[in-house]
Amino acid sequence: MNLSPLFLDAFQEVGNIGLGNAATSLSQMLNAKVEMKVPRAGFLFFEEILPLVGGLEEVVACVYLRVEGDVPGTIVFIFKQESAFYLVDMLLGQEKGTTGMLDEMGESVVKEIGNVLTGSFINAICAMTSLNIVTTVPMFAFDMLAAVLSSCFVTINNADDQVLLIETSLLQDCEQITGHFFFFADPATLDKLFSSIGFTAGTF
Amino acid sequence: MQPANFIEEAPVGIAEYRITSSPGRLIALGLGSCVAVSLYDPVAKIGGLLHVMLPDSTQFNHNSIKKPSKFADLGVPLLVSEIKGNGGKSSLLQAKIAGGAQMFSGSDNGFVMNIGLRNAEMVRAILQKLGIKLIAEDTGGNRGRTIILDTSSGSVYVRYAGLPAKVI
Repeated sequence: MNLSPLFLDAFQEVGNIGLGNAATSLSQMLNAKVEMKVPRAGFLFFEEILPLVGGLEEVVACVYLRVEGDVPGTIVFIFKQESAFYLVDMLLGQEKGTTGMLDEMGESVVKEIGNVLTGSFINAICAMTSLNIVTTVPMFAFDMLAAVLSSCFVTINNADDQVLLIETSLLQDCEQITGHFFFFADPATLDKLFSSIGFTAGTF
Repeated sequence: MQPANFIEEAPVGIAEYRITSSPGRLIALGLGSCVAVSLYDPVAKIGGLLHVMLPDSTQFNHNSIKKPSKFADLGVPLLVSEIKGNGGKSSLLQAKIAGGAQMFSGSDNGFVMNIGLRNAEMVRAILQKLGIKLIAEDTGGNRGRTIILDTSSGSVYVRYAGLPAKVI
């Protein structure tokens, strides 16, 4: 698929607005400043996505959500192991270093963060575009990066090897918490998203 | 048990395959629902590793498929012919497979189709169709795996996060 640079800019701007809102929500949850890198939008090969996050065998916490409605797609959050532990400590009001593994409680805390971030991301996009998008129940995995991300990737069920995505990272307190956010757009639904932000179908 | 580490491990990326003669070592890192297929000819001591991602290419438009080795049904025959073309015998090949996990827990319908399970099933079916013996496997479950094939012995090592490798 080929999209014009203007089109990718617009897609990136959608990501920017949605993620800005998400970062604000996380700040409020943690009661601490959360910074967001400028999101990237583009077509990437799977092999290019993995190194954005870390080593292939690195253990990460991953929250996966499908979004349905006018613009179906897949949202994936990845937190490095230590970041996930730290997030759990912060949200449960524990001293840093208390959490050393993710039990059921820890897992639901990380899932809930995924929920809140996704909700605010989607809400911002809906408010801007008047599209109707709903999120589904989050799924969770805690394992090797390549194993979890490839398993997300196959559910996109795309014969093409490249995916259109928005990617960014969230930083809190000088990288004590590093999270990665991915929105994979389902290929068939791009028309709808782009016409909602003022492009005429067929021109991209 | 840890494989001795004086031989470099050549990586086999997602949707790729690779062969090597003895002594050699091939590695597929971090498989979730993907399946690694190891084929080994113990006489010629040549082996190959395939890293499949999806079970069935026939569900996709043929022209849109750029990497046939992404699919179990196309990838296994490709690996077999690569080994044959480099001195291996198809009738002697021993297969070992690993991977095909269901990584995510939760109630979402997106994973109902369990691609890991279907990848493993398709690989078994293709191997049977090609008359290749499946002599060992470590599939299913909900944990990621790293797989290493050592062509000096045909041993396949399976490593889970935080655990020492085991031999299958």
